[in-house]
Amino acid sequence: MKPFQYARARTLVDAAQITAKEDAIPIAGGTNLLDLMKLQVETPDELADINRIGFGEIEDSDDGGLSIGALATNTATAVHSRVRSDYPVLARAILAGATQQLRNKATTGGNLCQRTRCYYFTNIDQPCNKREPGSGCGAIDGIAKLHAVLGTSSQCIATYPGDMAVALSALDAQVKIATPQGGERTVPVQDFHCLPGDTPWRENVLEAGEIITAVTLPPPVSGTQIYRKVRERSSYAFALVSVAAIIELKDGKFSRADLAFGGLAHKPWHDPRITEALVGQVPSSELFDRAADILLEDARGFGENDFKIPLARRTLHAVLEQATEDAA
Amino acid sequence: MTVHFKQDKPDKANRLDDMKQGVLGKALPRVEGLAKVTGTAPYAAEYPIADCAEGVLVTSTITRGEVRSIDKDAAFAMPGVIAVIDDPLLTTRAAQGTADEAPQQEPATVCYWGQPIALVVAETFEQARHAAKHLKIEYREQEGAPLDPQAVEPEEQEDETVRQGDLAHAMAEAAHAVDVTYTTKGHASAAMEPHAAIAEWDGKTLTVHASLQMLNYNISELADSLDMDEENIRLISRFVGGGFGSKLGVSEETVAASIAAKQLERPVRVVMSRQQVFQCIMRRSETTQRLRLCVDSDGKLTGFGHQALVSNLPGETFAEPVLQSSHFLYGGENRELLLEVARIHQMTAGSVRAPGEAVGMPALEGAMDVLAEKAGIDPVELRLKNIPEKDPEEGLPFSSHKLAECLKQGAEAFGWDHGPRQPRHTQEGEWWVGTGMASAARVHNIAEAKARVTLKADGSALVETDMTDIGTGTYTVVAQLAGEMLGLPPEKVLVDLGDTRHPRGPGSGGSWGASSIGSAVYVACLALREELADRIGIEESELELSDGKASAGESLTDLLDGKDLAREGHYEPGDIEDDFTASGFGAFFAQVRVNRFTGETRVDRMLGAFGFGRVLNHKTARSQCLGGITWSIGVALTEALEFDPTDGHLVNCDLAEYHVPVHRDVPDLDVIMVEERDPAASPIQAKGIGELGMCGGAAAIANAIYNACGARIFDYPMTPDRVLAAMPD
Ligand SMILES: Cc1cc2nc3c(=O)[nH]c(=O)nc-3n(C[C@H](O)[C@H](O)[C@H](O)COP(=O)(O)OP(=O)(O)OC[C@H]3O[C@@H](n4cnc5c(N)ncnc54)[C@H](O)[C@@H]3O)c2cc1C
Ligand code: SF4
Repeated sequence: MKPFQYARARTLVDAAQITAKEDAIPIAGGTNLLDLMKLQVETPDELADINRIGFGEIEDSDDGGLSIGALATNTATAVHSRVRSDYPVLARAILAGATQQLRNKATTGGNLCQRTRCYYFTNIDQPCNKREPGSGCGAIDGIAKLHAVLGTSSQCIATYPGDMAVALSALDAQVKIATPQGGERTVPVQDFHCLPGDTPWRENVLEAGEIITAVTLPPPVSGTQIYRKVRERSSYAFALVSVAAIIELKDGKFSRADLAFGGLAHKPWHDPRITEALVGQVPSSELFDRAADILLEDARGFGENDFKIPLARRTLHAVLEQATEDAA
Repeated sequence: MTVHFKQDKPDKANRLDDMKQGVLGKALPRVEGLAKVTGTAPYAAEYPIADCAEGVLVTSTITRGEVRSIDKDAAFAMPGVIAVIDDPLLTTRAAQGTADEAPQQEPATVCYWGQPIALVVAETFEQARHAAKHLKIEYREQEGAPLDPQAVEPEEQEDETVRQGDLAHAMAEAAHAVDVTYTTKGHASAAMEPHAAIAEWDGKTLTVHASLQMLNYNISELADSLDMDEENIRLISRFVGGGFGSKLGVSEETVAASIAAKQLERPVRVVMSRQQVFQCIMRRSETTQRLRLCVDSDGKLTGFGHQALVSNLPGETFAEPVLQSSHFLYGGENRELLLEVARIHQMTAGSVRAPGEAVGMPALEGAMDVLAEKAGIDPVELRLKNIPEKDPEEGLPFSSHKLAECLKQGAEAFGWDHGPRQPRHTQEGEWWVGTGMASAARVHNIAEAKARVTLKADGSALVETDMTDIGTGTYTVVAQLAGEMLGLPPEKVLVDLGDTRHPRGPGSGGSWGASSIGSAVYVACLALREELADRIGIEESELELSDGKASAGESLTDLLDGKDLAREGHYEPGDIEDDFTASGFGAFFAQVRVNRFTGETRVDRMLGAFGFGRVLNHKTARSQCLGGITWSIGVALTEALEFDPTDGHLVNCDLAEYHVPVHRDVPDLDVIMVEERDPAASPIQAKGIGELGMCGGAAAIANAIYNACGARIFDYPMTPDRVLAAMPD
């Protein structure tokens, strides 16, 4: 572990000032960052502890939605009564992740920014374009079972590993970001994470010194909410494939079908064309296949992870069938 | 006074059953349990030793070649760095179990990616770790190190080869035959406590606190590594946070800490990181296994073929003994068994819980299920029909044999349906539900052991040996055994383990711990009883002791007359080993559900019935079975070491990415202990328990997957991708 400076920020301004420096970053729960620092994957010169800057509240918004503070723990969010009643897909996604102990420490902001679990990224003696630009990608010709099948580049095939953000993407949540200049900007979760392209080290749109302050949820909608996570062991494992869905049927036809997918790409995958294809249609196996065709149109496996392509199709089927049955 | 006993004949007297204290076999909780769960039982790295420097191992980033130079000056410029040690005595691999000599040394010669090549010592752990990662090393790399076991010419393990009759002919003539190939992936022991050592040197004596399973062998391995006399070394391992084979042999951190302590004349602690434990201790070899089985129209085996390919580093003697129980579990006069090892440049392959049967049995028992289906015989029936009268290769009688009872009692308790079997008979929502079963077998091992038992003048007892308790319950069963023999409640028996100053035990490994050390304690206690009987003036066989009193009313303290009375028991397995085939046997039954969309498999319930001789403590024995079945679930569904195809390094090297089963994967497990007295296994009629619970259980799950959803899979673990690929539409 590289020696580093530690400073406890008392206010957002404090935090912004520290993290505006080169090689200074915020630490929240530390459940991802500290692991990576011990492995020397992350080597900040300075940490700004943001746990005392506020922004831990979960509050109703004026428009009937909900605002979840960046420092609210994953546990607090998952057990919050409004999250459970109005946004159950979010509660389920969070509870499908990590373990109780980790969720007690993990925060909204940290969860959004968690880094890939690619084995080559976490081993500093292996090539990785994300960790060390230009060093190559160990996974492409290596062990890539966890890796992406959508939106990959020749530089990087890593996935965004988290669950919470997949649900937030289906819910069309917004990320509130404080800028170092004292301003604020809002980015949809669907646009928060980036594809690897030629800049695999860039995982999201945050600029140096920017700090997430909250995630806001739109007013609740009616329908069934499902979070389906496929994994080989039943807990404490990242998703091979996951699907977050908010689905409603009226008069035997889909009237709502908001879907997002985890485990497939460098970001929670959201494709509005799937919603368009489903809404207004009568559920059928053929229709589900059409939706899967759209999702997987450009999918490409790297040997070990080829299975994710049929698995994503089958999981989408399972979710749409379940939603149809729930509605019946 | 030492009393020596060598067992040459079966012991049917079962003297332990004559004893009166009534504590042996009782489900007593572990005596050290409270200390462990309250954090007061010190593990190796936790001893508070003053002025202790911290060492971190440096590992290679090439697969094969030479270390040309290490830039020590740059390291010394870093804060806190005290030394960079690349002494040729540093070891580069852990010793194999019972090696009794130094493992591979010469760290400048690199044989696998991640091999220890040096030790950085600093004032703090963080400084040492930082410097270790930044050490500049120049290598001369040798390209083209073989990594794929299938791509090299393998070496035959000739001791394992059996050719009896004509298997090919039997296969061609048989009513039903199967010829299938299974694969298994590498496994890690994944013990909770990482490998760690603190070494202290006083100019003459080296004292080392380490996390090791077999001190008796480890002390010679360490002495040989350091070129020292054993007499000048003391090894201490009082508490070991799990071993599962990974701590059988002396490992790299223990040797490195010792070298550093001697050179620096200062205590040095070396703790491996989780990644290092995974990458440079031991892997269980992957295997490829071809099974050829054939039966006549009555379902009797006429042919039995099992051949396996495993791998290891050049120079290692260990080859995963896949065929171990295949030699005697079932009959079949035409036999062909062959074990081959491929030399590849991946980390050392060695013992991981139940070496051999852990992977051999899942393949054999999977193939038996294929055969049962083909022959139209109930799988339980097929096994019952093929239990041999005596060892089918050696012709020896079995010391005892409870397979039939385990199969029957297990089937009954599980509610096994002996009717015709058809996949996909039950669907519950998205899930196919099915059942499967398998036999269990694990050879019985036993070893020479010594223990000193002292009756203290105050009427308590003390047992001393360098035997270890690696979490299995040795402290407790030794107290029960001595208590039973000497007529004392176990709380009056102090058990002092894990210190090489004591008489030498066998260590913990190969499930031999309890029966071996128990036999030494038994021998010592018997001698003490003889002395006490003598003092009363009766025969030992007439002596009844309980709660500190003899039957005629004499109290133990009076008999001792203010003086301690000690005997050292020395047990040696005798010629009897050549007269019998000894093994634990059992049966597994499982019900699983397989998701028809995702191919995820979850175990609904599982039962194991085991016969392994005398049960010394029903709680600790049952816990071993539960642990074993849990490992079976891992072998069946989740555990797989993944190695990079380019440089051979282990990629999933922590507990987040190497998937052992979690609580949610482990349903209610049922254990039936089919108790027996094995007169030839040991003087206490006990056999090994620790490993049997995982020898075949994975096949019960695999067979249940087939019965549930119709996916016949030949590759363990059966992860969703593999289930989906094999699942019929
Ligand atoms: C073994 C294990 C298993 C896990 N399994 C799962 C799983 O199945 N599913 C899942 O979704 N997750 C899983 N996780 C990941 C876990 O959810 C994350 O570690 C956690 O959410 C990170 O939150 P944190 O507050 O601890 O972040 P930290 O570790 O403190 O920070 C992570 C990153 O976010 C940055 N950051 C933190 N807060 C802010 C902010 N407000 N603004 C800007 N940047 C910020 C930090 O600088 C850092 O780069 C697992 C983790 C572990 C260790
Ligand atoms: S997939 Fe991405 S993160 Fe993984 S090694 Fe390649 S570049 Fe690095």
